Amino acid sequence: MASITRTGPMKLPSERSKRGPLAVLRRHPTAILGGAILLAMVLVAVFAPFLGTVDPQKVSPIFRLRPPSERFWFGTDLLGRDIYSRVLYGTRVSLTVGIGVAILATAVGLLIGLVTGFIRLADNILMRFMDGLMSVPPVLLAIALMALTRASLENVILAIAVAEIPRVTRLVRGLVLSLREQPMVEAAIAAGSGLPSILFRHILPNTIAPLLVQGTYICASAMITEAILSFIGAGTPPNIPSWGNIIADGRSVFQVKPYIIVFPGIFLSLTVLAVNLVGDGLRDALDPRLARRI
Amino acid sequence: MFAYVIRRTIATVPVVAIVAVFVFSLLYVTPGDPAAVIAGDLATAEDIARIRARLGLDEPFLVRFAQWAWAAIGGDLGVSIFTNQPVTRMIQQRIEPTLMLSLCTLVITVVLAVPMGVVAAWKAGTWIDRAIMAFAVLGFSVPVFVLAYLLILGFSIELEWLPVQGYTPLSAGIGPFLRSMTLPALALGIVYMALIARITRASMLEVMAQDYIRTAEAKGLFQNEVLLGHALKNAAVPIVTVIGIGIALLISGVVVTETVFAIPGLGRLTVDAILRRDYPIIQGVVLLFSFTYVVVNLLIDLSYTLLDPRIRY
Repeated sequence: MASITRTGPMKLPSERSKRGPLAVLRRHPTAILGGAILLAMVLVAVFAPFLGTVDPQKVSPIFRLRPPSERFWFGTDLLGRDIYSRVLYGTRVSLTVGIGVAILATAVGLLIGLVTGFIRLADNILMRFMDGLMSVPPVLLAIALMALTRASLENVILAIAVAEIPRVTRLVRGLVLSLREQPMVEAAIAAGSGLPSILFRHILPNTIAPLLVQGTYICASAMITEAILSFIGAGTPPNIPSWGNIIADGRSVFQVKPYIIVFPGIFLSLTVLAVNLVGDGLRDALDPRLARRI
Repeated sequence: MFAYVIRRTIATVPVVAIVAVFVFSLLYVTPGDPAAVIAGDLATAEDIARIRARLGLDEPFLVRFAQWAWAAIGGDLGVSIFTNQPVTRMIQQRIEPTLMLSLCTLVITVVLAVPMGVVAAWKAGTWIDRAIMAFAVLGFSVPVFVLAYLLILGFSIELEWLPVQGYTPLSAGIGPFLRSMTLPALALGIVYMALIARITRASMLEVMAQDYIRTAEAKGLFQNEVLLGHALKNAAVPIVTVIGIGIALLISGVVVTETVFAIPGLGRLTVDAILRRDYPIIQGVVLLFSFTYVVVNLLIDLSYTLLDPRIRY
């Protein structure tokens, strides 16, 4: 048992024997599909200027509210801006926010979680605080934070991350508390290892897999939260085209020009779906027992 | 048991207190001058000074917090910067639609999602199971407002079965009320349904692997007796727990759903307050929603003894 747990998550024998791209595809078809969509979105975000787009902020009143056509693939909005270009550039915002929040929230949550898992006094104080934070619904917390700061992409990332940190902290703290009781840690202490060595050799490596899965789900929910914030006017500043902003702009004319909302809506849903599928795949591959995050 | 109820109830006080401290201190910890941010770009120096005085930003933090907390305990959440009305009264005026929407959503969700989870677990591995789980993944991925607009597009604009927007109170008759609630409750409920269906399935699968299920089947009980009488009963605690935790999703969704469907509830009040940067209202609403969340989860905690007689305190 000890020899298996040393390097982290257990691999089932069948997973070891069946390697190769075809076998992976057969075992996790949905995860591969998600990965493919996600890769496509990353490419769209990176190469947005070269994909037949025009300046997403260019206002041309004579072309306002044009339905999708050969010239304007997704139509134009109230100000005559090209929705295809805006949606493509919006991919950048969503991915930046999703990945930014995931990294920030997991990093800070990991740090606080490690501290609370090891220091009893800090545990009592910090976890009470985290309990309080967790009882504010995440989107509402982000709204309250955004209402007090100037709208910018950095503030959006910060506000959403603050709302996600308590959940990561909980997860890490739980992992640390259970890992501390493992025979390998006891053995390490018996062998005379100091705290840093236990922390970096035994505890940290075992938190990576669950954190990776959790980070993926955080990325998905952060993209939705960004869109919600932008949609209600408390998110990404209006001069940056984000999917939430485009949908917010199209709100007033939705009944006659639904395409303004439908295209960014499809992109948003597809991207979140892709991230969720990758997350589910990662969870199944890395840690089948990890409960899906709420 | 009674002692436990008291202890558990008292334990929620610090949580609510921390929320209150947090919501209150946001005004102080955010970078920049909150009074200037609230006043907006066109504000004069007097405007900023007036807002600063109104929010009490000139006074020491602790003094101000003590005053605010004491008033909040008595039900006074301050006065709106924009309308000059007491926040408590504004909340009272808007609470009914939100309460109704949440209740309708809760009912629809539980009535649909629990059977979905049970069927998925029962038929685990078949196409029915896959279809239900595919629905669950989709439910997690389609944001509430996108879904809301798609529902309006389909059922209100194309088919013209249901009203596009607006809220009809229950006092105007049960028919019109239900018609105005159907789409918002569905849109709001999908994420929640996905969550509950998934947990129900997982919880049922775990229970169905137990020996007593095999015994029940060996006794020759009918499949539905085993499923509902033995399995679901034992799977109830995690399901009810997640219904409680999911209330957070419901609250977050309410803000958006009310905006899409033009329902004059607390969510709409929040959005209007954000656009005007009317911080006392935001504070009040966040506090109220968080309080509700804590109380609901307290009640759920206390209900465990009813659901599972093995749990004793």
